[in-house]
Amino acid sequence: MSAGPPAQTAQDDDPGDRPSGNQSTATPVKYEEVSKRYPGTDSDAVHELSLEVPAGEICVLVGPSGCGKTTAMRMVNRTVEMTSGDILIGDRSVRQGDAAELRREIGYVIQQIGLFPHRTIAENIGTVPGLLGWSRAEIEQRVEALLKLIDLNPEFGDRYPSQLSGGQQQRVGVARALAVDPPVMLMDEPFGAIDPINRSRLQNEFLRLQAELRKTVLFVTHDVDEAIKMGDRIAILRKGGEVAQFATPTELLMEPADDFVEDFVGADRALKRLALMRVSDASLWKAQICRAGDPTGPVRTDLASAEVPHALLVDAESKPVGWLSERDLAAEQVPARPDSPADPLIDADSILRDGLATLLQSGSRYAPVVDGRGHLTGILSVEIISEFLSSGEATESDLAAVERPHE
Amino acid sequence: MSSWVADGWLADGWLAGAAVSSDFFRDRSGGGCIQENKLFCPDWAINNLDRYSDPTLQHLVLVVSAVAAGFVIAFSLAVLAHRHRFLSSPFLAATGVLYTIPSISFFFLLLPITGRGAVTAIIALTAFTLQIIFRNMTTGLRNVPPEVTEAARGVGLTATQVLWKVEIPLAMPEIIAGLRIATVSTVALATLAVFANGGGLGAEIVTGSNITFKTGIIIAGSIAILMAIVFDALLLLTGRLLAPWKRVAL
Ligand SMILES: Nc1ncnc2c1ncn2[C@@H]1O[C@H](COP(=O)(O)OP(=O)(O)O)[C@@H](O)[C@H]1O
Ligand SMILES: [Mg+2]
Repeated sequence: MSAGPPAQTAQDDDPGDRPSGNQSTATPVKYEEVSKRYPGTDSDAVHELSLEVPAGEICVLVGPSGCGKTTAMRMVNRTVEMTSGDILIGDRSVRQGDAAELRREIGYVIQQIGLFPHRTIAENIGTVPGLLGWSRAEIEQRVEALLKLIDLNPEFGDRYPSQLSGGQQQRVGVARALAVDPPVMLMDEPFGAIDPINRSRLQNEFLRLQAELRKTVLFVTHDVDEAIKMGDRIAILRKGGEVAQFATPTELLMEPADDFVEDFVGADRALKRLALMRVSDASLWKAQICRAGDPTGPVRTDLASAEVPHALLVDAESKPVGWLSERDLAAEQVPARPDSPADPLIDADSILRDGLATLLQSGSRYAPVVDGRGHLTGILSVEIISEFLSSGEATESDLAAVERPHE
Repeated sequence: MSSWVADGWLADGWLAGAAVSSDFFRDRSGGGCIQENKLFCPDWAINNLDRYSDPTLQHLVLVVSAVAAGFVIAFSLAVLAHRHRFLSSPFLAATGVLYTIPSISFFFLLLPITGRGAVTAIIALTAFTLQIIFRNMTTGLRNVPPEVTEAARGVGLTATQVLWKVEIPLAMPEIIAGLRIATVSTVALATLAVFANGGGLGAEIVTGSNITFKTGIIIAGSIAILMAIVFDALLLLTGRLLAPWKRVAL
């Protein structure tokens, strides 16, 4: 323990009732002509990078492998020391002061997660508070709040990382990074090693968290789809860490700056726009709902003019139960157990692209959309999606209106 | 105890040149069994068990001192070599030489410097343990997953904290494994301490230049084996306690 307990920042004074939410004021991050040349190489890994990440936004650094994304990101917390230039967090240069102390004030999440295998989940999450000298009770309280925030059973606090799934481990990685509520987070391909289904779930969760926490996030990925989904702003880098375009996802899709960006974004730009919108933002169809025991007569009448040609049975909490078939409707009353189940259910928070994927996978033309608690909010159909793609021909102003999926 | 450490406790020891006294043969309690030097004479064993308590204690001291000293030195060397990679090869080579020198030659090399006695024996035994402990510890440190140290650094642990809070705890299973091998081998090797006038159970095995008293060898040997087993079990247990994360059901 060579470093003494560092001076606590103002926000550390009262960790007890530290809410999970937007306590620490997010801070902008500014690159000023930052270059990095690794010893023994004859060109810059990052060359005179200038970039301004507004406070509270997710800025994605995206680009082909080896273009310098990781290097650019790691110079912020000085796990890589820059060769020239400067990086400001707020109005303070990262060059000032001790690197280890700087890192404690910056959340850090990496693809390989890097949880400490010999520490329990609670100890892992409590690492930085421990380094900052918080009391045991304060740490305990904070860990509990964070476990809740990442939706992990509190019992998991006593387990070791090897006892968790990859997705759960990465959630813990995020919680560890959030432990002292840092204003800035660095995330290097955080979901890159997670299987596609869990990746999309973790992405949604993080966007939900971010809507609440409003951190300034530098997010590195090589996957342009992820960039479009996660970024408020995207910096497309080419080799040498040079910015090819720095723009909102919409701008990037509508007006790629040059051939490199156009190539990188891909020929399916139109489809990629589906990532700009959440299912809940689409004009969903209204379901023809009914409850068990309702007389079937009126249901049949209403169906004749409904958008969805089938009636959906919901329970008392308006959670979808199943679709009524012709045979179900032939009875006097709506049965409690209809012939076909309601799945697939689509999460209202998922992006349109994932909603479409779910539809296509299940072979249905439409599916019930439910919110976080499972309550029905509407029906998503293939027609809605094709309309979004064609009608809008998604003009820029349309997209500007929906702008960010998580706002 | 100080006397044997300082000047050699075995007055008529092997290096002193005198043949070991014929205690065994004056002692008639074993009767014909002793005369015929049978494989094992239970009667003699029962009557003479107390003669093994001092050698056992001396043996314990030899082993514990040598392994403790070896651990402290090898641990420090491993930490140094971990910080400064270029030191790794020279350390490995040096401890390798010490490991390979036959202990008996080492005793004679040390005689002019440290004289006869337990200190000489302990030095030679310590030198022997270095390589085993050093090698295991460096392996353990090297096996720490890079993403774990990377994350540790990234969240704000200093280099010293990374070493003590992450790398060494994670290397602990290998460190303990090294200690187990070193301790068990040292228990066996310490029987040679008698050649340096260092005492220990060897004194009850090498009782004369051309005499082999089988019962004595069996008893002393058994005590050594038992000692090795106990040490091994204790270290195994320590290892388990220090690495609880290794025991979790997945
Ligand atoms: N420690 C290092 N030493 C030398 N070169 C490095 C080092 N780390 C990265 N590089 C080089 O710098 C360039 C950018 O690497 P990196 O930032 O990891 O790219 P990305 O994250 O975009 O894949 C690559 O050419 C890589 O080989
Ligand atoms: Mg990278």
